Amino acid sequence: MIYREVGEFKTSYAADQAIFPIRQDRLLVLAALAAAYLVIPIVGSEYWLLTIMIPFLVYALAALGLNLLTGYAGQVSLGTGGFMAVGAFATYKLTTAFPGLNIVFALILAGTITALVGLLFGFPSLRIKGFYLAVATLASQFFLIWMFNKFPWFYNYSASGVISAPPRAIFGQVYVTGAEADARAKYLFVLTVVLLLALAAKGLVRGRIGRSWMAIRDMDVAAEIIGIRPLRTKLLAFALSSFYCGIAGAMWAFIYTSAVEASAFEIDRSFQILFMIIIGGLGSILGSFLGAAFIVLLPIFLDNAPRLVGLDVPVNLVTNLQTMIFGALIIFFLIVEPNGLARLWAIGKEKLRLWPFPH
Amino acid sequence: MDFVSTIFLTPFANMADNPEFVVEVVIGGLLAGVMYSLVALGFVLIFKASGVFNFAQGTMVLFAALTFVGLIEHGLPIWSAFVIAIVVMVLLAVAIERLVLRPLVNQEPIILFMATIGLAFFLEGFGQLVWGGDVHPLDIGIPKAPLIIGGVLVNEFDLVAAAVAGSLVAALALFFQHTAVGRALRAVADDHQAAQSVGIPLRSIWIIVWSVAGVVGLVAGIMWGSRLGVQFSISLVALKALPVLILGGFTSVPGAIVGGLIVGVGEKVAEVFWGPAFGGAIEDWFAYALALGFLLFRPHGLFGEHIIERV
Amino acid sequence: MSLFRKSLAVVVAAIAGFGLGAAPTFAQNEQFIPRLVYRTGPYAPNGIPFADGYADYLDMIDARDGGVGGVKITYEECETSYNNDKGVECYERLKNHGPTGASLVDPLSTGITYALIERATADKIPVVSMGYGRADASDGAVFPYVFTLPATYWAQADALIKYVGDQMGGLDKLKSKKIGLVYIDIAYGKEPITTLEKLSQKYGYTFLKYPVSAPGIEQSATWLQIRQQRPDWLFMWGWGVMNSTAIKGAASIGYPMDHYIGVWWSGAEPDVVPAGAAADGYKSGTFHGTGQDYPAVKDILKHVYDKNGGHTTRDKVGEVLYNRGVINAIYDLEAIRTAQAKFGKKPLKGEDVQWGYEHLDITPQRITQLGADGLMVPIQLSCANHEGNGKVRIQQWDGKHWHFVSDWIQPDRGMLTEMYKESALAYAKEKGITPRDCSKEE
Repeated sequence: MIYREVGEFKTSYAADQAIFPIRQDRLLVLAALAAAYLVIPIVGSEYWLLTIMIPFLVYALAALGLNLLTGYAGQVSLGTGGFMAVGAFATYKLTTAFPGLNIVFALILAGTITALVGLLFGFPSLRIKGFYLAVATLASQFFLIWMFNKFPWFYNYSASGVISAPPRAIFGQVYVTGAEADARAKYLFVLTVVLLLALAAKGLVRGRIGRSWMAIRDMDVAAEIIGIRPLRTKLLAFALSSFYCGIAGAMWAFIYTSAVEASAFEIDRSFQILFMIIIGGLGSILGSFLGAAFIVLLPIFLDNAPRLVGLDVPVNLVTNLQTMIFGALIIFFLIVEPNGLARLWAIGKEKLRLWPFPH
Repeated sequence: MDFVSTIFLTPFANMADNPEFVVEVVIGGLLAGVMYSLVALGFVLIFKASGVFNFAQGTMVLFAALTFVGLIEHGLPIWSAFVIAIVVMVLLAVAIERLVLRPLVNQEPIILFMATIGLAFFLEGFGQLVWGGDVHPLDIGIPKAPLIIGGVLVNEFDLVAAAVAGSLVAALALFFQHTAVGRALRAVADDHQAAQSVGIPLRSIWIIVWSVAGVVGLVAGIMWGSRLGVQFSISLVALKALPVLILGGFTSVPGAIVGGLIVGVGEKVAEVFWGPAFGGAIEDWFAYALALGFLLFRPHGLFGEHIIERV
Repeated sequence: MSLFRKSLAVVVAAIAGFGLGAAPTFAQNEQFIPRLVYRTGPYAPNGIPFADGYADYLDMIDARDGGVGGVKITYEECETSYNNDKGVECYERLKNHGPTGASLVDPLSTGITYALIERATADKIPVVSMGYGRADASDGAVFPYVFTLPATYWAQADALIKYVGDQMGGLDKLKSKKIGLVYIDIAYGKEPITTLEKLSQKYGYTFLKYPVSAPGIEQSATWLQIRQQRPDWLFMWGWGVMNSTAIKGAASIGYPMDHYIGVWWSGAEPDVVPAGAAADGYKSGTFHGTGQDYPAVKDILKHVYDKNGGHTTRDKVGEVLYNRGVINAIYDLEAIRTAQAKFGKKPLKGEDVQWGYEHLDITPQRITQLGADGLMVPIQLSCANHEGNGKVRIQQWDGKHWHFVSDWIQPDRGMLTEMYKESALAYAKEKGITPRDCSKEE
């Protein structure tokens, strides 16, 4: 009843190949975009914009990057934090060395630098697979963080090693980093960047490159036999994934926390993003967003829940309970749907297409 | 050129100057490595028998240590506390099998890995909830005095830890080779379905394995707790155990020991002799880089199973 | 699946309720202080007593005096687990609570301080980074909303060198001696390095650095090196488990404990107790007194603990970090009181409390009134000086208690002020901030 597909015919190849072929889906997406662009900036308080929406979007971007590498190409990587750090520090060096450089170009350049670094650290994947590769990427993670901690050139010789974002504006007047930046400007900027990159990722995974990644993921020996070159494919996966993670790291440092040191991108960050894509759904663009929402928003919600219900609970009790509930929920969701929240969503949609009929 | 000489010449010059110091560092490294192996053993046991990479191992070490020290602080004598802690770990293993492993049987390894992550969060919160966030000093009488043997400084504590690890490995080896349960465990590690088809009850095996891993974790927790005091940071030793696992192979008990020794020595020697060239504190990533280097020659670790892939 | 659907419905409804944001209601005559604490996580052993001391002092003031100037002080704790983004989230959530918003914020973490400086300055809420954070924020012209009283890491480093010089019979005796720094390889641990290097050039000692990778649970390599190089004095800038591991490391190589001095965040009970008898004789810097023997602390026992209140147990009252929380509270409340003298005895905004902090002048008489003789030193802040020229003292652990082994040391204020200015101006240039002209301000 919700999805009335009767009478919907596609009259062109483009329409047939659209990302959202069903009209109701398109309407839903348009409504979500309208809410994101119009409703939230107007209705949302600074707290919502700065500590809920912006981290959610930044994490979603990083999760997207990791999903390209791990979910689509099957290369388990625990170096995400390190690549985010590369993006953050690269943007810092670029913006301080070239004060006239537009922040958008700085982000793109930083992403490219991160892609090159990712390419370099992707070489072991040609020889090592599975969990061994994951633990090998930890070498890149620890090395990168150590490097940003150790060499003062990266943080312009400040005493403490913390980099803080200089104020930068897009369109000349609208500041998106620094103290004068309005929370709404920051949020809209991050939203636009993330949506554009998500669209690009969707295009990537639906095309030849995405298919070659999935072939490598599913049966790399067979893929090689039918002519997919593992070296190129895997390295491309590392490069593109690092591009995304680099931009996510740059936005983390510049827009979300505005001052960051290398230890913000420690191993915990890498694990956090890996959890997001596993919970959200490996090999799914929507899954990256759902997983990010789960891991970012749920703890905040659980921390605030007792206060909402009016209970005055000591903070350490709340935090410990929150950690326990969080862990239990992860196990619960995995039992219910091992393929992640995106699969749950897909099943839901399938049922809605038939509802109220059983089949 | 200067940098190159600090990498290739100076360290060896330093070593030649102070041979006793080199021995000291190597022995210190071996003993540190033994402590890492204790934690790695838990990982290996579980991976071997159920194919699950147990992310929660570090938290289990912490939880076991917290239970042990908490019971002692409540006045129980050491041996009773030890026995009760073992019982708690066994109960934990039963609960894990019932609530986590059984519903997820036959899922992909990465799903099970994620489930152990959920478990880690749960145990972390639960442990701190029950026993608090403070540091609990643990002293069960292990001697800690520094000894000088032939001009080389060694700590008694590290020697005791090495002895403990050695006996633990010997006990596990005996268990796996000479008991029926051990044989069943090896069968399950080889092939779940074949083991089931000859009548080995998978569930009980999993409970046994997780219990044994829990007890190994308890021993590791007691050793690390005696060293650092029982506190949250103990769960971070699991990160130190990961390079040991890669080097030794995920499925090998002797691999965990050998891997631990190599990582320990490699780390310390690199830190002392090559560290200054880089500004120090290279231990963190060096262990992983070392493991990575080994992996390039043996992609499944030194003693790990070579998985043959078929199309 | 129906259980799943039901639980999903509950979650959705709850999120909706959360989204509409039930704002807590506050009575009108209250001054709100947000409390960023860490009672869980790897640094909990250090965070818990600090949070307890602060909260107990506020409870005592409310119980004994009815608040400050008749205005009740309320607070709400928010758990950060020493995590930067959680710290930011706590700040954003709590900054508008209370009739006039948050009066100030104590981040209790160098990382969170850095993350909050810009936001809090824009929000006009003072950031009080007592003995941690950015040392160059002592220059109030560039950092109007950050206060680093009573002394920064750079000041502590200078004071330590002064103490060592004193112990050796004069600063000129430092020539050709070796002084080592064991530090955790993160921003906090690296803070004293530039100061110690500068002083090594001035006094001629060799400065040796011993970085330890965070979190510092395995340090045997570092201590073997220290044994090899035998520095005459050893300083430590550690945090959390690194401290007790380092102390044990020093004991295992037989390093003389009375030549081993930690910074004030490496000198508290959670650091020495796990090391057992090996830690006897270890020293650390501090800027306040320890123990229960102060009228203010005794008042806490009387008005809070005797009435079945209190956040911890009686025997923990008076510990190093507990008292540190107490004097943090004393400084904050005195700033509020100073601000009330100008703006009136009512709930004040962050801007007003910032004025209060800049004109903070705690005289010896006031200290006696507060019941804090020996617990703290007189201090005076100004527009240009947000550190207040506080003094440092060295204390030593004897297995049961910490006791002072030096007098109050005044670091080299001339050198430090220059260093602060230089670093602060570099920051101002990078951020495009124009420093205030303090001579024009009142």
